[in-house]
Amino acid sequence: MMYGYTWDTATPLAYAWSILPIILIGLTVTLKAAAAGFAIALVLGLVFAMLRRSRFRSVSWTTACVVEFLRDTPLLVQLFFLYYVLPEYGLTLPAFLTGALALGLQYSAYTSEVYRGGIEAVPRGQWEAATALNLTRMQTYRDIVVPQIVPRILPAMGNYMVAMIKETPVLSVITVLDMMALANMIGERTFEYLVPLTMVGVIFLILTLVCSAGLHRLQKVLPKAGIPLR
Amino acid sequence: MTENATPPLIQFAGVTKRFGALTVLDDFNFEVAPGEKVTLIGPSGSGKSTVLRILMTLEPFQEGRLTLAGMDYQEPAGTGPFKASERHLRDIRSHVGMVFQSFNLFPHMSVMRNVAEAPVRVLGLSRAEAEARALDLLALVGLVDKKDHFPSQLSGGQQQRVAIARALAMRPRVLLFDEPTSALDPQLVGEVLAVIRDLAHEHDLTMLLVTHEMRFAREVSDRVCFFDKGRICEQGSPEAIFTAPSHPRTCEFLASVLG
Amino acid sequence: MQWVSYLPSLAQGALVTAWITLAAIAVGAVLAFVAGIARVEGGRAVSTLALCYTELFRGTSLLVQLFWFYYALPLIGISFEPVATGILVLALHVGAYGSEIVRGALASVSVQQFEAARALNFGRMHTLIHVTLPQAIIEMLPAFGNLAIETLKLSSLVSLISIADLTFRAQSIRNLTLDSAGVYSLTLVGYFAMSLVLMLVMRLIERWARRGAAFPRAAHS
Ligand SMILES: Nc1ncnc2c1ncn2[C@@H]1O[C@H](COP(=O)(O)OP(=O)(O)OP(=O)(O)O)[C@@H](O)[C@H]1O
Ligand SMILES: [Mg+2]
Repeated sequence: MMYGYTWDTATPLAYAWSILPIILIGLTVTLKAAAAGFAIALVLGLVFAMLRRSRFRSVSWTTACVVEFLRDTPLLVQLFFLYYVLPEYGLTLPAFLTGALALGLQYSAYTSEVYRGGIEAVPRGQWEAATALNLTRMQTYRDIVVPQIVPRILPAMGNYMVAMIKETPVLSVITVLDMMALANMIGERTFEYLVPLTMVGVIFLILTLVCSAGLHRLQKVLPKAGIPLR
Repeated sequence: MTENATPPLIQFAGVTKRFGALTVLDDFNFEVAPGEKVTLIGPSGSGKSTVLRILMTLEPFQEGRLTLAGMDYQEPAGTGPFKASERHLRDIRSHVGMVFQSFNLFPHMSVMRNVAEAPVRVLGLSRAEAEARALDLLALVGLVDKKDHFPSQLSGGQQQRVAIARALAMRPRVLLFDEPTSALDPQLVGEVLAVIRDLAHEHDLTMLLVTHEMRFAREVSDRVCFFDKGRICEQGSPEAIFTAPSHPRTCEFLASVLG
Repeated sequence: MQWVSYLPSLAQGALVTAWITLAAIAVGAVLAFVAGIARVEGGRAVSTLALCYTELFRGTSLLVQLFWFYYALPLIGISFEPVATGILVLALHVGAYGSEIVRGALASVSVQQFEAARALNFGRMHTLIHVTLPQAIIEMLPAFGNLAIETLKLSSLVSLISIADLTFRAQSIRNLTLDSAGVYSLTLVGYFAMSLVLMLVMRLIERWARRGAAFPRAAHS
C-alpha cells in the first residue's frame, strides 16, 4: 500500500508533515476497530450479565468462569488464538474483524461487570415497588431499571472505551493496517522510527485527553436520578 | 493578686471569621483566664465550634488579633491563609489539645499506640516513657485493660475516653471539647462526663467546653457564655445564666433546651 | 499427546513472564508511591511534574511506548537490553496507573483524621507516614491487585520486542508445529493459572494487612 510513496526525511518536521496523511489513514482504521470492538463488547457484556443473573446455578456459574477467563488472559494471546484457530474450523474472517472480535471478547468481560454493578445498584425497594404495582418483568426493566442504570454506567463504559482505543495497536500484529502498523512500516523503510512512533504517541495522547475531557463533561450533565420520564 | 490582675491566657480581640460570603464571627471579643473552665452554649450554627477550631488552628481567621499566653496567632510577616509559618503554628499547637465530637481516633493504632504515638513523634519521648505516661492516663479514664484493643472494638464512650487520654498525653495548657458527648448513646454519656468532671478539678488546666448538657455545664464551669449569631450575647457564672438570664434570646434558648 | 512436548519450553517462557511481571510491579509500585504522594503533598511544580508523568503514560498506548523505547530511543543513542526495556516500560505503566490509586486512596482518608493529627501537633511528614498512609494502603490493595493482573496480561506484549516470554514461546512452537489450537489453549490456561496465583497472593497480602481488629471490614474486590 505504500508503494510509490517517498518521504522527505531532511528535517524531523518535514518528515512528520510528509507522513501525516498516511498516519491519519491509520487513525481511521484504529477508530473503526475500536468502534466495532466496543459495539461487540457492549452487546456481549450485556448477554454475559444477564446469564450471570440466571436462576440456574449451572448457567450463572459457567458464565462467571468464562468471564473470569476472558478477563485474566492477555488480549494478544486471545488475538492469536482467534487469528490462527478459527480458520482451522473453517471460519476465515478478515484480519480487521478478527481483531474487533478479540477486542470485543476481552472487553465484554469488563462491560458485563459494569452492567452487573449497575443492575445491583438499583435498590431492592425499586424492584419491590415494581412488583407491588404489578409491572411485568419486561416493563420493570424498561421503565424502572434501565432509566436508572444508564446514567450510572455510562461513565464507566466511557472509560473502558478509552482503554480499548489505547489497546488497538495490538491488532497490528495480525496485519491490521492501523496507525501502529503504518508507523512501523514507515520506520522500516526509512530506518527512522523516532518521528512516526512519536507521532502515533502524540495522537493517542490527544485522543485520550479529548475523550477524558468529554467524559468529564458527560458526567456533569448526566441526570443523577436517572433518565427523566415524563 | 486579684483575679483581674492575671493576664488572660486566651484573648480574642476583634476577630472576624468568614466562610466565603458568610460571616461567622464578627468583631469577636473574648478572654479566658489561666485555669478557667468556660462553657459555650448556644443554638446550632452560632459559631461555637468555629471558636474552638480557630484556637486549634484548624481554621484561619481574617481580621483581628488572637493571642495565647502572649503569643500572637498571626505573624507580622506571615503568609498563607493562617498568616503564619507552619513552625509558628506548631509552637501554638503545643499548648492546645482538642477532643472531637466524633472521637477521631486513629483506626489503625491500638489504644496504647493512639495515646503514646504523638508523645513519641512530636515530643520526642522514648517509647517506654510515652507508654508509661499513656498507662497513667488510661488509668485516669479507666481503660487500662483495653490498651491493646483497637478503636473499632470499643464502645463510643470508651473511644471518647481514649481520645481524652490522647489529648492529655501532650500535656496541653488548654483543652478544647467540642460536644464530646453528642455522638454517644444516652447511656454512655455519663462515663465520659465523669472523666471530664475529674479534669475540671485540675487547677492548671484551662478548659473550653461546647456542650448541650446544661446540668453538667452548670456543675463544672466557672463561667458560661451564651452564643448567638457569632457573638457572646450574655455571659456570667452558671448560677446567673441558668437561674436569672437577662437577655431574651438566652431565656428563649434555655427554655427550648431545658424543656 | 503432542502438547505434552510443548510444556518444557512453555514453562521456561512462563518463568520469563513471571520475572518480568514481578520486576515491573516492584519497580512500578515505587514509582506509583513517589508520583502519587508528589501529587498530593508536593508543591505546585512537583505535583505538576507528577501529573505530566501520569497523563503521558496513561494517555499513550503501551505498545507504542514499548516500540518507542525499543526502536526509536536507540536512534538517539539510548538503548537498553530488551528485557530491561520491557521491565522499564511496564514499570512506567504500573507507576502511572498506580499513582492514581495512591492519590485516590490518600484523598479518601477523612478530613477528621487530618484534624486529629493536627490537634496532636503532628508535622506533615509524620501525619503522612503514621496516620494517612497506613490507612490509605489498606484501601489501595484491591486496586493494586487488579493492576498486578493487568500487568501480567500486558507483559505478553514484550514478546513483540523479541523477549522469549510465554507468548513468544507459544508463537515459536506454533510456527514449528502448526498446532495452533493446542499451543494457544495451553498458553491461555498458563496465563489464567498465573493470574489466579497472583490473585491469591494479593488476597493473602490484603488479609495480612487487615489482620487483627484494626480494619474489621470485609475484603472488597
Ligand atoms: N467549612 C465551612 N464552610 C462553610 N461554612 C461553614 C464551615 N464550617 C462552619 N460553617 C458555618 O459557620 C457557621 C457556624 O458554624 P459552627 O460549626 O461554628 O456552629 P456551632 O455553633 O458549632 O453549631 P452546632 O451546634 O451545630 O455545632 C454555620 O452557619 C456553619 O454553616
Ligand atoms: Mg459545633
